[in-house]
Amino acid sequence: MKNRLRVLRAEREWSQQDLADRLGVSRQSVNAIETGKYDPSLPLAFRIAQAFDLTIEAIFEAD
Amino acid sequence: MSRTLSPASRRYTLRLAVLMAAYVALLFFARWMFKHDLAKGALAYGLALLPALPIIGVFWAVMRLIVEETDEFIRLLHVRQCLVATGFCLTVMTVWEWLQNFDLVAQGNHGFGAAFFWFAGLGVGALYNRLTLGTEGGCA
Repeated sequence: MKNRLRVLRAEREWSQQDLADRLGVSRQSVNAIETGKYDPSLPLAFRIAQAFDLTIEAIFEAD
Repeated sequence: MSRTLSPASRRYTLRLAVLMAAYVALLFFARWMFKHDLAKGALAYGLALLPALPIIGVFWAVMRLIVEETDEFIRLLHVRQCLVATGFCLTVMTVWEWLQNFDLVAQGNHGFGAAFFWFAGLGVGALYNRLTLGTEGGCA
């Protein structure tokens, strides 16, 4: 699954740790999702969407 | 969540420290009892099993780590690490057993039981996580 996490984070000038703190997960989790090594569960995808105030489809895209 | 260990990992580390301290103490106690010929009958069985209890406790602590970890990616790392450890341990023990079956290696395990290879397997699992997902996980 592709995602726009890195771009969205850069637009807001958030570090991976900043986003991790907002999501209540580790920085490794954010890095793994961002680099496409790990696809988040639906609840975490919703939390990510809420953090960016976007819909899930605006962030994630099927390969 | 900060850059430090998660609450679940901190509890795991504490439990591991307590269990390892108990293991050393119980092992010395059991060996001392046998050395001084104080272990007889049913007591001998109890004493022989005493050092095994903290090792079993480590399996419980790893299970609690997986259950209590709230970060789903870190939990995935732990589960993968345990699966690799289990596969590693079963592979080593199976190979060893068959070499023994045909008398190609000595009988007995010389103190290297299944638990030893499972714990070593956690290290292999951490390496596997590092190579495939870029980070280790925390059981080893």
